[in-house]
Amino acid sequence: MAVLKKTPTMVSIPNHFCPGCGHGILNRLIAEVIEEKGYEKKTIMTLGVGCSCNMNASWNGDKIQCAHGRGAATATGVKIARPDLLSIAYQGDGDAYVIGLAETLNAAYRNEPITVFVINNNNFAMTGGQMSWTTMPGQVTTTSVHGRDPALTGMPIRVPEFAATFPDVAYVARGSVHSAKEINRLRGYVKNAIEAQLNGEGYALVEVLCQCPTNWGMSVEKSIKWMEEEVAPYYTLGELKGRRK
Amino acid sequence: MRKMWKGNHAIAEAAMRAGCQFYAGYPITPQTEVSEYLSYRMPELGRRFLQAENEMAAVYMIFGAYACGMRSMTSSSGPGFSLKQEGIAYLCANNYPAVLVNVQRWGPGLGTLDSSQTDYLRDTRGGGNGDYRVIVYAPNSIQETVDLMYNAFDVAEKYRNPVEILSEAALGQMMEPVEFPPFKERTEDLGWTFDGTDRPHGRIDNPQKPDALRAKVAAITANEQRWENYRVEDADYVFVAFGLPSRTCRNAVDQLREQGVKVGLIRPITVWPFPYKAFEEIPDTVKGVISVESTDAGQLIEDVALAVKKMCPGNVPVYGLFSGQKIPKTKEIVAFFGGVRSGETKEVF
Ligand SMILES: Cc1ncc(C[n+]2csc(CCOP(=O)(O)OP(=O)(O)O)c2C)c(N)n1
Ligand code: SF4
Ligand SMILES: [Mg+2]
Repeated sequence: MAVLKKTPTMVSIPNHFCPGCGHGILNRLIAEVIEEKGYEKKTIMTLGVGCSCNMNASWNGDKIQCAHGRGAATATGVKIARPDLLSIAYQGDGDAYVIGLAETLNAAYRNEPITVFVINNNNFAMTGGQMSWTTMPGQVTTTSVHGRDPALTGMPIRVPEFAATFPDVAYVARGSVHSAKEINRLRGYVKNAIEAQLNGEGYALVEVLCQCPTNWGMSVEKSIKWMEEEVAPYYTLGELKGRRK
Repeated sequence: MRKMWKGNHAIAEAAMRAGCQFYAGYPITPQTEVSEYLSYRMPELGRRFLQAENEMAAVYMIFGAYACGMRSMTSSSGPGFSLKQEGIAYLCANNYPAVLVNVQRWGPGLGTLDSSQTDYLRDTRGGGNGDYRVIVYAPNSIQETVDLMYNAFDVAEKYRNPVEILSEAALGQMMEPVEFPPFKERTEDLGWTFDGTDRPHGRIDNPQKPDALRAKVAAITANEQRWENYRVEDADYVFVAFGLPSRTCRNAVDQLREQGVKVGLIRPITVWPFPYKAFEEIPDTVKGVISVESTDAGQLIEDVALAVKKMCPGNVPVYGLFSGQKIPKTKEIVAFFGGVRSGETKEVF
């Protein structure tokens, strides 16, 4: 039997993401969990700079556009002012792990009671596809035109693994949007990351592997295949730190 | 009852009296005592103190908290205050209030710990990218620091614009008798702040932004200029100085007046908006205006020259005494004046 699912009111169907982009899936999952919790009017979303800026047009909820990399710091301030509200930072990999690595790790280290979602699409998408710390070895970007050379630029960064080592952190996971099965799993991670904050358990981080067909120069099908075969094996999926029950 | 207080402790306590609920900062001399004091004082009052990982993070914490309406402030000095500039530009872009404290140390880069006013041009011109201004108070005593801080949050919220207290190393470190105003708290909702309901935030989008900024600048310039004039009404020569140099300058005025020389002093209390109105009192017969400042090559003098051009008839010469990384001594000011009067010292503008 077909199950009819309503689009959550916090996401509008017209949006500024490219066709086939994975951002929209995560937007929807977050919106579903927020609605489930009855927090539509009690959530402040801090948007990093990157393709997450597109959410200024399509996220139907309170949102603060902060500077590139400063999502964790801004969301920390929001939570301090309004501990009764859900404070979420929504950022890209470049935002959270390159320019904002200090803010991301320090917020995790201090166990700020915020929820951070990081879309990892292995590049700086908004600015036209430059190399990020998450770019895969050999991956062609506009600043690694012969493919990323790890000997010169390092291996792709794995921030959640590090954040999970901080003793107080409440919840860390990495999900992906490349298959229905993974989207289902991801929904559980999103829920845990939001519940962890609502229950006062502490800091939560969910990284989400996400296709960027536009800047990868691939069809959606090819993007999905590449994620499955190249990205997910390196960026291990699953919970890196489970909630203390 | 007045009690002896260190400048940096007093400014921190004044922020508490003014209802500041949240502070984030990163240690740097000569403002560290602000953080140190608040680290125990704020928990004592049931408020939040946060030692941030760096100055940028601190300003964005304030950004997030004030977006939600919480009275918040940050402080720094030298390179630390430079790191905040991006965040200050973001505060202004969004019309968020904030209170900022810059206890100036001398020089670019790491500079030195000496007392100075070398951040004048940056702080009065906005400092980050884009066109905006921060309301900047420049006190010359610890009591005045306290009094200005007491109103800073109200003014920041009134105009939805950051307010900065521009202090100086020596003003932060020295002790003076102070009386504190009573504790106050703003309880009413500012109306536009983020509360999760996605109500209107009074965001001004393009293409209205330039007009909105012009209107805001005009209102602040009309209402918020503050200054103190001393013996200006019949002066042949007028000194202009703010902060600590204004104190030695005032002594120089007294000494020269005793010798029968008609000199006066304009002391800007707001350095942005610059108090053009103070210059109205200068007599048309004035022979010269002298900027006295703890800078290396002259910064305040640019505003002085503009004010003189606008407010004084004729081409009144503007001179500059730039004392570098120290406060100019009274006798140095008197000696400099001798050069101006004899024609030996040439005008800058
Ligand atoms: C201080 C600053 N530096 C650089 C930029 C330009 N910039 C905008 S988005 C971006 C990269 C975004 O990459 P990511 O965070 O991975 O987000 P994505 O677009 O891939 O979702 C850069 C470098 C900026 N806006 N601000
Ligand atoms: S550029 Fe990439 S990440 Fe950005 S909206 Fe398009 S597909 Fe998505
Ligand atoms: Mg990216």
